[in-house]
Amino acid sequence: MNLLLKNCTLVTAPFDAEQKYDILLKDGMIAEIGSIAPAEGMRVLDVGGKTVLPGLIDMHCNICDPGYEYMEDIVSASRSAARGGFTSITCEPNTNPVIDNKTVVEYVVSKSKEMAQVNIYPYGSMSIGCKGVEMAELGEMHDAGIVAVSDGDEFIDDASFLRNVLQYSRMLHLSVITHCEDRTLSANGVMNEGVTSSKLGLFGMPKEAEEVIVARNIILAEAVGARLHIAHVSTKGSVQLIREAKQRGARITCETCPHYFMLTEAAAEGYNTLAKVNPPLRTQEDVDAILQGIADGTIDVIASGHSPTGQLNKAREFDDAGYGVSSLETAFALSYTGLVETGLISAKRLVDLMSAKPAQILNLHHKGVLEEGRDADLIVVDTDEFYQIEPDHFASKAKFSPFAGFSVKGRVLYTIVGGKVVM
Amino acid sequence: MTTLRKDLFGLRDLSADEIRYILRAADTMKYILNQKNKKSPHLQGKSVILLFYEPSARGKLSFELAAQHLSANVVDMTGSIHAMSGEKLQDMGQLVDQMGADFIILRHGMAGAPRLLAECVEASVINAGDGFNENPGQALLDLMTIKERKGDFEDLKVAIIGDLVHSRLARSNIWGLTKLGARVCVSGPPTLMPQELTQWGVECYYNAAEAVNQADVILTARLEAETRNKRFMPSLEEYKRFFRIDEKLLKYAKKDAIVLHPGPVQKGIEISAGVVDSPQCIINDQMSNSVAVRMAMLYILSQIGGGFQ
Repeated sequence: MNLLLKNCTLVTAPFDAEQKYDILLKDGMIAEIGSIAPAEGMRVLDVGGKTVLPGLIDMHCNICDPGYEYMEDIVSASRSAARGGFTSITCEPNTNPVIDNKTVVEYVVSKSKEMAQVNIYPYGSMSIGCKGVEMAELGEMHDAGIVAVSDGDEFIDDASFLRNVLQYSRMLHLSVITHCEDRTLSANGVMNEGVTSSKLGLFGMPKEAEEVIVARNIILAEAVGARLHIAHVSTKGSVQLIREAKQRGARITCETCPHYFMLTEAAAEGYNTLAKVNPPLRTQEDVDAILQGIADGTIDVIASGHSPTGQLNKAREFDDAGYGVSSLETAFALSYTGLVETGLISAKRLVDLMSAKPAQILNLHHKGVLEEGRDADLIVVDTDEFYQIEPDHFASKAKFSPFAGFSVKGRVLYTIVGGKVVM
Repeated sequence: MTTLRKDLFGLRDLSADEIRYILRAADTMKYILNQKNKKSPHLQGKSVILLFYEPSARGKLSFELAAQHLSANVVDMTGSIHAMSGEKLQDMGQLVDQMGADFIILRHGMAGAPRLLAECVEASVINAGDGFNENPGQALLDLMTIKERKGDFEDLKVAIIGDLVHSRLARSNIWGLTKLGARVCVSGPPTLMPQELTQWGVECYYNAAEAVNQADVILTARLEAETRNKRFMPSLEEYKRFFRIDEKLLKYAKKDAIVLHPGPVQKGIEISAGVVDSPQCIINDQMSNSVAVRMAMLYILSQIGGGFQ
């Protein structure tokens, strides 16, 4: 069945945002964009002048499947993604078993094809068991469908091992994604080390814990010419290090998540465990630096940073509470509200951050752009009305958010994956 | 051209002419080896000491046979190394020297050891493998084998596949082949293929098929034990998927391409069983040339004063 979207507003190049377009989707691809008359065999969806964007691609998402299905699974994560406008999501390898061999990759790929509403692309763990000691079979996993190599948010203290992985990944043309945290520095910390942690009497994780590893990883990647992607940047110092590396011409990309530019450490006041994330929420100075990094192009990608944890895990002492935030369903609206609505960046730039650039980094060459011949992954969004974030209504199993009650713009009306309306 | 040379450390030091001279001498030695009486008098009255700090079967046997065919007195000191543990290499050298040895064949785990030894002894030192640096004897026999099959090295494309970091043989071969005018292309896991090789005039490829494409000769750089350590590459399974020399990979090479391997072969991993058993794989030629080449090395060094001509 072909699908014809009528009266679409397109904000991306080369289209005129003042004009209305029709988009014909055929065989899972974008067949035509222009003024198209409905014909037989076409299902017509009049979007009434709403904005149509390329489907969002999430570069940092924990699906918890296999192993931790009580927190999230492929089906619930994909529904949550569809609600949030993500037509493709990735899967961190820190599952159980770890995604460190092709059998687990094949499990995720085949279960996703069968049951998920959106595309799910696994990352392969660089090491066996995410332990940072023995290299996993990256080539075999590449052939089975991984789109990047990741450390699974673990601290790789062995720099020579990481250097080998960076070198090896060049052969496969894969980006290596690293979570930057020196655990000897963050140690027992549970939130940012600063005024708030002092006031609350909680152990802090200093910014240096992130920044020394960002610096180390940049130096290693530059030395061997590898593609390095730095996950969830949260500090001013990290932004500056990456900016300088890019000026030198290094093949470095990076991402941040909405909570790192929409919240500060103050959100943890009152021992609010919903604001407990890793890396931790930082200070206003860091938020300002991240906003500037987004505006000037230092930051390439906004990822959701979706990391479900059991709800019971949040209803505990702050020290014992789990890290994480449920953000697939809030990432786009928060970014739209915090970045586009405030005039910091254009809607087109937001599409770059959440779709075009992730597609490039992950070698998903048929995605990320509204263009004839590309995959028919797109979303229809309402950028006029404010609505309230209500975690109770999340499709995710993790029905909590530090943004509960926030009033935001950018509701996703339709999510279309491979030419089919899934939400 | 006359070069006075007491020792032979590697192909890096040799000129193209010197390499060709050794290869010609090796041809003569091969002729001698094909006679009923293999004995020749060139090293009569000389003594050759084998000093192998690392275990070796092929290298040691071929040097020992070479020295004996040339009528030298051969002493294998490998068994005594343990008894002398704690003594410096120079001490060992001086001891051998004082007793009037003419040649020391040294294999040592550390790069540069033969040079160190040579500086403090009168005897000629022949490098039989030092660390990850060079193994000139093995490389010269590869060159001899290639020359027998292909005639000349100009315009020859040689692919070297495998572990280029931990292979002293590959290093020696690269020095020799590039000096003789061959085009050298290498491929192996990126962690085992130093990018600096491009500065030696070598082409590096991640894709083995590109390195092998239209090649006349394919050399195997063995996977040393170190690399089985999973720091450098994930597994042998994955290695063979990308870098095994098999029928599929050979389709990219020239039809008459030859495959060399220094042995011992890790069949099915570095090279497929089918290729090992095929006529393209000339491991047997290599073995029979190994003694001739070592005879040539000994003979030429015994002509100090006459030098390379």
